[in-house]
Amino acid sequence: MTVLVLMDESDASRQTLTLARRFGEPRSVRMDAVRPFAPDALAAALAHAADELNASAVFAAGTERGNEVMARLAARTGLPFAANCIGATPGNPVEVTRLRWGGSLLEEARLHSPRPIITVAPHTVPADSGPAPVEVDLKPAAGKDLVVHVSDHIKPSNGGVSLAEAKVIVSGGRGVGSKEGFAIIEELAGLLGAAVGCSRAVTSAGWRPHSDQVGQTGTKVAPEVYIACGISGATQHMAGLKGAKRILAINSDPQAPLMLNADYTVTGDLKEIVPAISAEIRKHR
Amino acid sequence: MRIAACIKRVPITGGRILLTDDGRAINTQHLGFTMSPHEECGVEEAVRLIEANKGDSVVLTLGPAEAVEQLRDAMALGIDRAIHLQTDGQEWDGEGTAAALTAAIQADEAANGRFDVVFFGNESADSGGFQVGIRVAYALGRPCVTGLKKVALDGASVRCEQEVEGGRDVYVVPLPAVLTVKEGLNLPRYPSVPGKMRARTKPVAVSSPARPEPRVELVRLAVPAGQGRRAESLGSGPGAAPAVVEMLQKAGIV
Repeated sequence: MTVLVLMDESDASRQTLTLARRFGEPRSVRMDAVRPFAPDALAAALAHAADELNASAVFAAGTERGNEVMARLAARTGLPFAANCIGATPGNPVEVTRLRWGGSLLEEARLHSPRPIITVAPHTVPADSGPAPVEVDLKPAAGKDLVVHVSDHIKPSNGGVSLAEAKVIVSGGRGVGSKEGFAIIEELAGLLGAAVGCSRAVTSAGWRPHSDQVGQTGTKVAPEVYIACGISGATQHMAGLKGAKRILAINSDPQAPLMLNADYTVTGDLKEIVPAISAEIRKHR
Repeated sequence: MRIAACIKRVPITGGRILLTDDGRAINTQHLGFTMSPHEECGVEEAVRLIEANKGDSVVLTLGPAEAVEQLRDAMALGIDRAIHLQTDGQEWDGEGTAAALTAAIQADEAANGRFDVVFFGNESADSGGFQVGIRVAYALGRPCVTGLKKVALDGASVRCEQEVEGGRDVYVVPLPAVLTVKEGLNLPRYPSVPGKMRARTKPVAVSSPARPEPRVELVRLAVPAGQGRRAESLGSGPGAAPAVVEMLQKAGIV
């Protein structure tokens, strides 16, 4: 039995391989096999390769690109698709466990399909250490499958520290109170060389741009330290924090969900506490 | 110009998710509801396009009778009318949802003309299947671009910006197209009082499609175990600052 895996060089791809091996001997198609990136062409190539190899299943990492190409493969072949799985057991039906609500809930499901199409949620499964699978020779893409293709790339503007890669993040929520209230957050972030983050309540109020938003529909972060000021800790926000090594929560409500799910807490008014931390850091310089 | 936006009613989960006794759904007894965040931006974009170009905008949903609240919310932002594919509250999978929406879009287009753009959220907030918009695009035979943070119509085509690691990828595709969008595409407006008033009398076409057997069949839900963070108190008020700095020093930050 052969299982087809859409792969690149990432950890997420090697984690995907761990689940895929349960479904057969893996063969791979490279994520950059069609350049510039054209997701319909890649889905067409996967559909053709899966037929040629009589693949038992098709896997990819549950990244934006992985989910996109697998959904196109599923639409093209008229098959169901289970996204962001953290477990998959072969059988008829295939039993999967998948993430919902950005990982705040788990769903056990039965996948009824002659050829399961599955993505594996990144960083939920150990990486495979076996040999790299043999690559499949691909059929050239047809013109209609190249209509959707990347025609240009815009580099990010180099202002400040990137949220996704920041080692320290100072983040503010509704408790900050206003757009101007972020001055003390920015001051502390400046002293720590940190990125400024915020919750969804803050971007919805127009206090900060959406690019600062941490959470399920914002950026998922993985800093050494995450300092959450006046953020209650709705599941929407917590879904973006799972990769944070240490969380410090500052909140006037000791029962706020984030205060209960942090590593360190300070109870009280952030408008007094945050400037006091900044002052204390200056003393150490 | 004709623009459609597809939305989904989801609970506002707050801080802690509670499940029903059978473990097959979220206990929503004490929860409010909203449309998925990404989709709200699709609705806003549809309203802006019709404001700029004139024409007809339609919001569609597949969901229980109560989902009419989210249809009214979309119409309060400026959408002209709604199509409600009413369910009995049972969950539909991505394939079934896409098939019902496709049929509704085709029926509306047969009567009123082709949609230039159909907007979807990149993924729903709750089930996160990452597939309904793409399936509808394939069924309609239209190009689909996903995960968009910027959309600009230019004559017979649309220029799209998709957020990727290390910047944005640009796609230009011909209309009609299906576009799946993400929060941050725009900042949705608050509904005005007159907007809410008008929404009450805007038309909602209701039908009840048959639910196909789901091929991704939900068995049960579970709340994952916490990450085991200890919640150690460093004190209260500004007097806690030295303890905070000590912690930051230990972490190698200060």
